[in-house]
Amino acid sequence: MSATAVPDTLAEIRDAFLETPESDRLLLLLEFADELPPVSDEVASHPEMCERVAECQSPVYIYVEVVDDIVTMHATAPAEAPTTRGFASILAQGLTGLTSDEVLAIPDDYPQSIGLTKAVSPLRIGGMTGMLMRAKKQVSQKR
Amino acid sequence: MTIELDSSSPKFAEYAEPGRLVTTQWLAERLGTPGLVVVESDEDVLLYETGHIPGAVKIDWHTELNDPVVRDYVDGEGFAALLGRKGISRDDTVVIYGDKNNWWAAYALWVFSLFGHEDVRLLDGGRDRWIAEGRETTRETPAPAPTDYPVVERDDTAIRAYKEDVLAHLGKPLIDVRSPEEYSGERTTAPAYPDEGALRAGHIPTAQSVPWGKAVAEDGGFKSRAELEAIYRDGAGLKDGDEVVAYCRIGERSSHTWFVLKHLLGFENVRNYDGSWTEWGSAVRVPIVTGAEPGSV
Repeated sequence: MSATAVPDTLAEIRDAFLETPESDRLLLLLEFADELPPVSDEVASHPEMCERVAECQSPVYIYVEVVDDIVTMHATAPAEAPTTRGFASILAQGLTGLTSDEVLAIPDDYPQSIGLTKAVSPLRIGGMTGMLMRAKKQVSQKR
Repeated sequence: MTIELDSSSPKFAEYAEPGRLVTTQWLAERLGTPGLVVVESDEDVLLYETGHIPGAVKIDWHTELNDPVVRDYVDGEGFAALLGRKGISRDDTVVIYGDKNNWWAAYALWVFSLFGHEDVRLLDGGRDRWIAEGRETTRETPAPAPTDYPVVERDDTAIRAYKEDVLAHLGKPLIDVRSPEEYSGERTTAPAYPDEGALRAGHIPTAQSVPWGKAVAEDGGFKSRAELEAIYRDGAGLKDGDEVVAYCRIGERSSHTWFVLKHLLGFENVRNYDGSWTEWGSAVRVPIVTGAEPGSV
């Protein structure tokens, strides 16, 4: 098992949360939820390509591509599940553009490190952990 | 009661306590009325922030109604501090609404009832109906003037059941409101829900299976009294005078059923077992039945 390292984008996102007063962190998560990019036409027209994240309470699907060892993560979640959308948005922004090794080196407890556990509850943060684990598994299978 | 009841709905008039529900129209006409506080309570902790009924305050079940350490609700001081922050007075009319057909709204209402807050109502149809009707929402968070809500000791005796109470209750009516798969023991969690931890699967002996959603009409509101009577009396065999305990996985879906039995059908002695399957399914040597039949004690 290689050493873990937090890639730059995820580190910046973590620091942005930690530098935000606890009372405003949900609003920052809302910004991420609002930014979740639509899935590509190819993925949208082939829902079977996506994997359902069972650890999340709301329906969220992820699809990870690895092309020339560069990872792109797609995710989709409904508007009425903004917490899940926020988590998916953070990971999609943080993973996309990394090499497969960099993705696999992301610490599994990254979701616990961004200062949201108290604001959203440990149970809900577990959904983000599930999403990260599934994304890493897809990368290891597809590279 | 500071705000008049909603007498506009023939459906409500049939219920045991017609005043426990309000229509979206009734609420829209009264937003901003002194003595009326609107509370949103959702499963998704961020949903309120995406847009809510103007003036509504948010109460989150996980981070605000639960004790942060012990598996319990906040105590009298905690509840007083919470409602004081939200600008709610003891004699205010509180209308709660939320996502998922008011699961969490009903849960919040039940917790308010543990503290004896008298006038607390649900918005029929919940958040989804308000939005589907194209009514106004806002991302603006109100900053209500803090109130001096009194410290009232929580009374768990009347509407809350502990595991020991359920053991003593065995032989009297129990309603299991989880999915059929959870009831039969095929799985310990609701389909498509995260595993909150139960070591064994099945149901409490003699419990009748009545999934919570059976109380919800196609339009997202509560079914009519006649439809509810058919489900809980004819179907599940409840009779006048019965003592009933409802349970689910963590007590939220059963709050919804508790509301139906207590306030819409008028059963006087209904308790919610909030420990529910996450406690019972992990407890040592409590009786469990698997399969589709209720089983015996």
